[in-house]
Amino acid sequence: MLYALCFLLFMIGLYCAVVKKNLVKIVIGLAIMEYAVNLFLIMLGYRVGGTAPIIGRGDIQAGAERLTAHFINSAVDPLPQALVLTAIVISLGSLALLISICIRIYDKYGTFDITEIRRLRG
Amino acid sequence: MSRVLPAFVVAPLVMAFILPVFGRKGKAVATLLANLVTISLLALAVACVGKTGIYEVGNWSSRIGIVLVLDGLTSLMLLAVNTVSAAAMLFSVRYMEQYTAKTKYLSLFLLMVAGMNGVVISGDIFNLFVFLEIASIASYALVGFGCEHEELEASFKYMVLGTVASSFILLGIALVYGNTGALNMAYTAKAIQQTGINAGLAFAMSLFIAGFGLKAALVPFHAWLPDAHPSAPAPISAMLSGVLIKALGIYALSRLIFNVFGVSVPVSWVLIALGVLSMVVGVFLAVGQWDFKRLLAYHSISQMGYVVLGIGLGALILAKHGNPLWASLAILGALFHLVNHAVFKSLLFLTSGSVEMATGTRQLKKMGGLVERMPYTRAACTIASASIAGVPPFNGFWSKLILVIAAVQAGFFGLAAITVVVSLVTLLSFLKVQRYVFLGELPEELQNTRENGGSMLIAMFFLAALCMLMGLLVLVPSLRVTVLQPAVDVLIEGVSHSMKVANL
Amino acid sequence: MKGMTIIVKTICGWVKVLIFLFGINIILFGHLTPGGGFAGGVILASSYVLMMLAFGREFVEKNLPIPLASRLDCFGAFLFAAVAILGLVFGGTFFVNFLYQKYLPGHALHLVSAGTIPLSNIAIGLKVGASLFLAIFALSAFRKDFQRPDAGGDNKRPVAGQE
Repeated sequence: MLYALCFLLFMIGLYCAVVKKNLVKIVIGLAIMEYAVNLFLIMLGYRVGGTAPIIGRGDIQAGAERLTAHFINSAVDPLPQALVLTAIVISLGSLALLISICIRIYDKYGTFDITEIRRLRG
Repeated sequence: MSRVLPAFVVAPLVMAFILPVFGRKGKAVATLLANLVTISLLALAVACVGKTGIYEVGNWSSRIGIVLVLDGLTSLMLLAVNTVSAAAMLFSVRYMEQYTAKTKYLSLFLLMVAGMNGVVISGDIFNLFVFLEIASIASYALVGFGCEHEELEASFKYMVLGTVASSFILLGIALVYGNTGALNMAYTAKAIQQTGINAGLAFAMSLFIAGFGLKAALVPFHAWLPDAHPSAPAPISAMLSGVLIKALGIYALSRLIFNVFGVSVPVSWVLIALGVLSMVVGVFLAVGQWDFKRLLAYHSISQMGYVVLGIGLGALILAKHGNPLWASLAILGALFHLVNHAVFKSLLFLTSGSVEMATGTRQLKKMGGLVERMPYTRAACTIASASIAGVPPFNGFWSKLILVIAAVQAGFFGLAAITVVVSLVTLLSFLKVQRYVFLGELPEELQNTRENGGSMLIAMFFLAALCMLMGLLVLVPSLRVTVLQPAVDVLIEGVSHSMKVANL
Repeated sequence: MKGMTIIVKTICGWVKVLIFLFGINIILFGHLTPGGGFAGGVILASSYVLMMLAFGREFVEKNLPIPLASRLDCFGAFLFAAVAILGLVFGGTFFVNFLYQKYLPGHALHLVSAGTIPLSNIAIGLKVGASLFLAIFALSAFRKDFQRPDAGGDNKRPVAGQE
């Protein structure tokens, strides 16, 4: 059910990137798409009633077997969290480049409207 | 030999971060270092031909760590990527003098090479995505390098479509992880064999086709390519059209379809449909162009259609359990055409860059009669045009012949006929290029163009010699067995190959 | 970009040090608490953004000049690559954690433990902080009513353009 809502957010972002005519709104649509994908990826690792996958000092003092049993039985999956960290960094770089090109386009063309930025056609 | 695999990624990365230290005064030293890196990578790629192996990064076992894999398909793609990047880097020694900030260009170029090398050697799906993003973001910045009006507009269009494609691919990877619980290609293949393809995995496959099809510029996802390739500087156009759309798009898609998911009939028909559409639409839109590089960009779309058609044909024959000999022949034609296209299309873009640097324009109607001023460029362009149009004995002829033979033997006579017709129209459009650019009479403004010399000529001759000699890769049996046949076998064995690689 | 009022400037002068220190804490304890190199680097950069908003661009330019930030950026990336290559030299495989249990065995959950991970965190934090600072500094050069800016390495081509 939550996955469907996540997918709805993805579709909203896609709609925004496809339909809108302002450059900055297109960039915001792309950002919403990337947030939706990151959210989906984190929700994959969720376990109902799980704890954070961090080993504390009390766990180490309790011994090795209790540590692994406690960790495996009750922690959420930490792998999607590492994937999402990487994906956030990638989308940061991509969005920074998009925004700087938007600013340069405004410098050259004088407008943010994509119907007027159409020198290349054919 | 698999111990040198990390060098393909680390050497360009480290050099890319050392180069900005040189600043404006050390431009010559920076250029020299960058060329050394690309040429040594080419030597390393040639040394890796015919070897296989796995490299576990960080000594973590392959169940929990990242692996780098060297097999037949990887060594073929490494050869293609590093050859074209060495030639383009040599060319840009003279060409990029027109621009400022040359050291930044060299850093971005090396980052793109590192990303592409990482894509082809990665054995892990998420690692492939990370390197794909590195190469894509570097290429977004390089397309708009000149910061003129059209270059920024083309770069923005390319970036929006590329980001949408990356989101699709990441969503597909998330679905694959959620359904199988593994990201390593071998373990994913094993899990998919055990559970079968359910609805989530089928949706992930369609997302992958859309995402990688956008990166590979197949019709109907091609809208960014005719704007991005002409606006980029010439060596970047050569890299983009020569290897980026192949390594990021077609290699990743075929690796996922053949080695991870397993071939199936609907996916093969989708590939064949995309291939035919790209071939036909690309070439008919190309004939009417009057801008030299835009015409070459449309031809890239149509030649990519050839490769996808061959791969789809092989997948269809394998999925229907037909004769594996014809599937092997179709995939051999497709992979050989991929490597050929890398060489001759980059040569075409380099010659167009040489013409543009000498005359200052890209419009065909304003040029003419350059054969008397630029004989070497004209020779290289003629060799490349003959290759792409399929004139014997250049390399394009052999790969198209193999594709036509495979289509006829498998019973698809209509596809073979379409292939031949598209090849004839390609020949027609390149005759137009030759007539307008080189033959005819020299207009007034271009009376004092001179031949560009130095490193640009060396790069063009290197690629032209490769064009002439690469037909031997198929005709001489020992070369074919060491270079091309392992790549074909990797795709034919499909899922069992990936499990064999990881000793599962 | 001009700065803000005197109240904002005073408070920001005190607060920016705390933010910077917090960022360094997140980086250094990255192997024990959530965060790590990237998040700490973003916090470091945001302390400079606060200074930029409160004091103006020229003050920040004097505080951390652009060539120095660029060199810090490259140094951070180079340090990360050096850690990875040292893993190859000392450990036999690329990127292996060679300090763990061999040269520098620490107790678990202390600051000095987990081998090369704190070094990687420091390198990434340095690089990300410098990169984000440079990116936001360059973006803040464009304002809505400017003429053609020509700061920061324009790549204009002198050859005649096409249509």
